[in-house]
Amino acid sequence: MNTIQQKEQEIREEFGLFDDWMDKYNHLIEMGKDLPMIDEKYRQKQYLISGCQAQVWLHARLEEGKVLFTADSDALITKGIVHMLIRILSGETPQAILDADLTFLDEIGLKEHLSPTRANGLVSMIKQMKLYALAFQAKQNKTP
Amino acid sequence: MNREIRDQFPILGREVNKRPLVYFDNAATTQKPERVIASLGHYYRSMNSNIHRGVHALSQEATEAYEGVRKQVAQFINASSHREIIFTRGTTESINLVASSFGKKFLAPGKEVLISAMEHHSNIVPWQMACEASGAQLKVIPVNDRGELMLEKLPSLLSPKTAIVAVTHISNALGTVNPVKEIIAMAQQHHIPVLLDGAQAIPHMEVDVQALGVDFYCFSSHKMYGPMGIGVLYGREGLLDQLPPYQGGGEMIEKVSFEHTSYNELPFRFEAGTPNVGDAIAFGEAMYFILETGYQKIAAHEKHLIEYTEEKLRQREGIRFVGSAKERAGVISFLVNNIHPYDIGMIMDKFGIAVRTGNHCAQPLMDQYGITGTIRISFAVYNTTEEVDQALKALDKAIDMLR
Repeated sequence: MNTIQQKEQEIREEFGLFDDWMDKYNHLIEMGKDLPMIDEKYRQKQYLISGCQAQVWLHARLEEGKVLFTADSDALITKGIVHMLIRILSGETPQAILDADLTFLDEIGLKEHLSPTRANGLVSMIKQMKLYALAFQAKQNKTP
Repeated sequence: MNREIRDQFPILGREVNKRPLVYFDNAATTQKPERVIASLGHYYRSMNSNIHRGVHALSQEATEAYEGVRKQVAQFINASSHREIIFTRGTTESINLVASSFGKKFLAPGKEVLISAMEHHSNIVPWQMACEASGAQLKVIPVNDRGELMLEKLPSLLSPKTAIVAVTHISNALGTVNPVKEIIAMAQQHHIPVLLDGAQAIPHMEVDVQALGVDFYCFSSHKMYGPMGIGVLYGREGLLDQLPPYQGGGEMIEKVSFEHTSYNELPFRFEAGTPNVGDAIAFGEAMYFILETGYQKIAAHEKHLIEYTEEKLRQREGIRFVGSAKERAGVISFLVNNIHPYDIGMIMDKFGIAVRTGNHCAQPLMDQYGITGTIRISFAVYNTTEEVDQALKALDKAIDMLR
């Protein structure tokens, strides 16, 4: 089990404690509130992932071969999921991020948030995270 | 409770997330009564065929039924002739048709198209495209903070340059009922044609195109209890006659050779290709449903629901209504404290309540209010105060969770 899978397992267990959707959502909302603040300079238009309804801001940097993400959303539930994604993917290598399948969202009963019709920016956020990973990987390969 | 109306809508019996469905997204699309659903099935079981050209019995029957609905629409909106009724896929296509055909004929550099700041994207983008193609300019009637058109600005916006005025009859985002009679009267003084986007009006109020004196009136079947994929462009005959065709193909022609094609008469000139016969016929049933229920009863019931809901919302803290026009219909748009509408909508859905959240395809209007969206409750005749109570309970729960 790699670290991404371990972190996914942790989240699965966290959500396994809840029987009904309301507890799950309360947990998600709490996670949203606990999302580390994004630096105001990254809460700008060029970091905005347009989701039509809920907006998501995402910034990434590469440090010692690991990608560090920071993000924010104006909707709390979306922010909770953003927090989860950051917990799982931040601090990982570009390759690990590219390989992550993120099926845990389905397993904890939050698949609906990844439906493209939800217009919450999450699908685009995951795509953008992987694009960052891909770009960092290409950069690494060029400068050995 | 309006049991005998509700019972006609099979979908209202279903559950969402293990709770009885409360459907408050009627401005997006209404549900369909059994007679509309049955009519679709009946058409495909008993008379499906291609119309107008066939000599066989099925084609005759389907043609008669389809053309019968055209006459029914003409009566429904009091058009002076069925030739003024063009079937389209819906309001969006109706507006695109006018923007394209009217644009080709009447728009040019130095000309202007006048829309309003509360338009749905469907009544903005087609005109932007037509302006881009012709070199004409788009002008906008401003909206005040209450969500009303600033009519006092209209005289200075109308000029010999104005080629057409295109505004919504009722705002889909705020529910504002626009003073369309005054707008038309002012435009008529300058001999400027007026197009009304009636998508949100005709489900709630009787529309008489002759009494209005409107030149183009656009609406969709699916927002008035009929099927999706069929809608209407009403066009005043004298004006329609001057417009070039929109799309080319079968049905719209009179005679085709490789050198020259002459076009069919109204309304067929604007209906290229095999039309949506089945949905048109079922749309006829939807109009019967409205007529039998009665606009008076529909309007009174919906007004009651709006007043009831607003009153209950007002009793809560932190509710901000978006749009407080004197004349409103169908829609309540609001925000709660600084909670994102998306969060509220998600939690309410968990309780089986369908509301709309977001910008309602009216981004310029949202920009004016400095918001990204609202929560919108929109009613139809089958909704009840019990459902409102359910929805507000869910809203309270959502606010509690999101605080």
